[in-house]
Amino acid sequence: MPSLPEIFTNWFAARNWQLRAHQAEMLGAAEAGQDALLIAPTGAGKTLAGFLPSLIALAQQPAEGLHTLYVSPLKALGTDIARNLQIPVAEMGLNISIETRSGDTPANRRARQKEIPPNILLTTPESLLLLLSQENSAAYFATLTCVVVDEIHALAGTKRGDQFALCISRLRALSKTRVVGLSATVAHPEAMRRFVGRDARLVRAEDGAPPEVKMVLPETEIPWSGHMGLKAAEMVLAQVEKAGLSIVFVNTRAQAELIFAEIWKHNEKNLPIAIHHGSLDIAQRRKVETAMAEGRLRAVIATSSLDLGIDWGGVDQVLQIGAPKGVSRLLQRLGRANHRLDEPSRAVLVPANRFEVLECEAAMQGVREKALDGDPPRPGGLDVLAQHILGMACAGRFLPNELYREVISAAPYADLPRRDFDDVLRFVEDGGYALAAYERYRKLFRDSEGYVYPSNARVAQQFRMNIGTIVEAPMIKIRLLGRRGGFGTGLGEVEEYFVNQLVPGDSFIFAGRLLKFIKLRETFIEVVEAPGKEPKVPAYAGARMPLTTNLAFRVRAMLHDPSCWGAFPKDVREWLRLQKHRSRLPGPDGLLVETFPRQGRWFMVVYAFEGRNAHQTLGLLLTRRMERAGFAPIGFVATDYVLATWSAYRPEKIDQLFQEDMLGDDLEEWMETSSLLRRSFRQVAVIAGLIPRQLPGAEKNRRQITVNSDLIYDVLRKHQPDHVLLRATRADAAHGLIDLSRISALLARAKGRITHMVLSRVSPLAVPVLLEIGREHVAGVAEDVLLAEAEALIEEATAENEFRHNFSHGPKGQNMLFHRS
Amino acid sequence: MTAAPIHFRNERLMLDPSGAAFWPARRVLIVADLHFEKSTAFAAQGALLPPYDTRAALERLTRLVRLYRPAKLVALGDSFHDCRGPARLAKDDRARIEAMARETQIIWVAGNHDAAPHDLPGQCVAEHREGPFVFRHEAAARLGMRDIEISGHFHPKASIDSRAKRISRPCFVTDPARLILPAFGSFTGGLDVRDPAIARLFPRGLRVFLLGQEQLYSFALEQLGRLAEVA
Repeated sequence: MPSLPEIFTNWFAARNWQLRAHQAEMLGAAEAGQDALLIAPTGAGKTLAGFLPSLIALAQQPAEGLHTLYVSPLKALGTDIARNLQIPVAEMGLNISIETRSGDTPANRRARQKEIPPNILLTTPESLLLLLSQENSAAYFATLTCVVVDEIHALAGTKRGDQFALCISRLRALSKTRVVGLSATVAHPEAMRRFVGRDARLVRAEDGAPPEVKMVLPETEIPWSGHMGLKAAEMVLAQVEKAGLSIVFVNTRAQAELIFAEIWKHNEKNLPIAIHHGSLDIAQRRKVETAMAEGRLRAVIATSSLDLGIDWGGVDQVLQIGAPKGVSRLLQRLGRANHRLDEPSRAVLVPANRFEVLECEAAMQGVREKALDGDPPRPGGLDVLAQHILGMACAGRFLPNELYREVISAAPYADLPRRDFDDVLRFVEDGGYALAAYERYRKLFRDSEGYVYPSNARVAQQFRMNIGTIVEAPMIKIRLLGRRGGFGTGLGEVEEYFVNQLVPGDSFIFAGRLLKFIKLRETFIEVVEAPGKEPKVPAYAGARMPLTTNLAFRVRAMLHDPSCWGAFPKDVREWLRLQKHRSRLPGPDGLLVETFPRQGRWFMVVYAFEGRNAHQTLGLLLTRRMERAGFAPIGFVATDYVLATWSAYRPEKIDQLFQEDMLGDDLEEWMETSSLLRRSFRQVAVIAGLIPRQLPGAEKNRRQITVNSDLIYDVLRKHQPDHVLLRATRADAAHGLIDLSRISALLARAKGRITHMVLSRVSPLAVPVLLEIGREHVAGVAEDVLLAEAEALIEEATAENEFRHNFSHGPKGQNMLFHRS
Repeated sequence: MTAAPIHFRNERLMLDPSGAAFWPARRVLIVADLHFEKSTAFAAQGALLPPYDTRAALERLTRLVRLYRPAKLVALGDSFHDCRGPARLAKDDRARIEAMARETQIIWVAGNHDAAPHDLPGQCVAEHREGPFVFRHEAAARLGMRDIEISGHFHPKASIDSRAKRISRPCFVTDPARLILPAFGSFTGGLDVRDPAIARLFPRGLRVFLLGQEQLYSFALEQLGRLAEVA
């Protein structure tokens, strides 16, 4: 076992610390020059384990230049770790320079860092790519010895992770660095180990005390549907009162706003309770975080904005309102209440409806068994590759053959066909269009030796303005005007889509305040605080995470096995017993489908348990088939658990409806017009650099420089359907919003094993989804049909006005004219 | 595709779901804001958009010319995304325009993007008058007493709250004295008709015709929500 140098031994001893086994093993990996992945629970000294080899090396042999690079998905984490690292360095009197670098770093410091790099630099994946795209990057990183990646599970498997993996490949090409990954929750350790390095050593720390998780339920009847959990507000408040500081996690930003408002309605003791989510202004969020750290708060209502991040200390318990959606996600959140390895973290689950009771129970079971979920890694995105190629060209000329070899050494791109690489390269060079229109606007050119260069200085400038893989819907900032007017305070931002639905005078809830919309300016809206009736709540696209496959399987298995029901409250047991009596219970295998008539329509309820996204897609595909079979489908609604369709005629031959070829022609046809695919395309187009977020010299108005990506999608699909960006869009569709992979798994599972129950009335298990009808957005009806409906409705209501050729001057001067013949 | 008839005094216009208007009495086909060569204008700035926008718009326009057999085609300005647009036209696309000019007389009304005259077949004019109609790029604040104005410029779109969701589409905007056409270009976005820039032109209310796949959908402004601060 490697031993510590004396100065470190003394420092450990002074703090009454012992070198832990996993820390020693990480030292061993460093001595062997091996990459390593460390999986250790919160509080196990994970960060120190990651940095210890570098600190020792630098203490024994002080050197100039960059030695260790620390990368984390969160800027704040880097800042916090830098502060913590200063302690041992100062106490041992080591001569090691430590600095952070992110988008917030002042320009003069960034310039200095470029000239004189620190020994240890803490940064984010995006800032790293920027550094790598600089012309001096080869010299800058030549001395690099170690890359430490924190919270690696939050990167791997995402587009940010793809980008980071490509950066690692570049770093390995520029230096002899090894790579160290740190994580508390890893679902696929083997895949993650490969992500870190082909021969990386897997180091596991001992587990901490198991978490204590319980479920609390309302004393009244458990709600049949709804997922906001507003009824639980008083109960949550009672839990908050019992502890020092609680984080109350919810699933969406809209839910955070609603729960926050509801809790304050009951907060008679005026407990200091704050709200935290990703759309709030950064200054507002920092204020809340500081108040938390200083112990001035009793609770924070938060979304995933607090999933990751620095250890607040002092968090006594975590509450989760609404279903946890996945075991890994729940564990991550539980970890926020854990500051000591030997103490359990305490968590309370508050399900919002009956299905969520099942899901919470399944999640608790998963936590006990440490059965982490998460999708296995998917191939890296071609859009991300496009951005990377452009960045590497900015760093200096390259040979395509060499860059290809470098790219396939990154785990997500290991199987990248050369053809895809070449197509992406061509896209970056001149757009990659069949019509060779852009010879004179090329971004990259090739010389006679085959080297690829940027065409001009603006290419690099534009690249730097458009870096990153996080694409949000267009957002508008909110500015709160004070009584005296003036510039106002930034509260945060909402989607442009939401703003378009507001008219002056409308009220809405945001940042825990009741606001009145005054005016839309170029890039922000002005609001004042004012009471209002029926306030709206901003929703954000794609905010809801679907139920994971792991949890779905557990729920199905529990449903099928009455011996598990003991843990359920009486309401739920009774509900399931009645379902068993009146119909069937869905099982772990096969597929249960019920059909029954109700109010002149035929309902079909599919107990698929594959998550909302997959159910939405399945609904669209199924209703197409029902249309062709002559069942005259009218609509459908999808939840995380089931899909319900309704039609004019009785659906029959259910087996045929669910045949696997559903994913063939029907899918192709639907994808052409799907708004989900358009949304995917927008992301791909922005990441790949087709649609710039910003263009140099055109900062004044975003609207002037953006082109609607839907229009581009339509034209490109029609004129060059095999364009590399459309291929990238379809690949994205297999996961994420459309979730094709889960539908194909479902169809395979159901083949020949569909249980079709023909019922005379609604079954108990179908009630929740039927209650969602009307509350949920009804997908699947063509927009044109909806417009025709709205037109007919208004026509009917205003029929007496028809054939009037002149204005009638009503009191508001807004009466309508009709000049149809 | 079903066109919707609307009447201005004694004249009938047909609004086509493609976003064009046709005046049968004089066989005049009207389109607005073609924005040809928008892709190449962006490409020059470093955004290599698919270079198929001009071709796509011309294909749709050619279909309309075949359908209506107009004597005259009035393009209501911003036919090119910028003044250098005509010079960037691909050979094929220029040939398509020339072929069209052999079938119909093209009137190119000047817009703010393409104010300079160009060498394409047809006439370049500041505005065009015919019968009771005045054809110009941007609606004038005040209209002549007997004028009925047909214009483009704003790329109007409107949103309707349907049973399931809010639907936003390009649209015609009209009252008894004005008609504003939606943009016909391939990469042209839109401005909501509630925006004061459009709403102030219709102080007595307006009717919109939203473009659908096969037909238009007509709504009065009252259903669009209150006017946003009519200036």
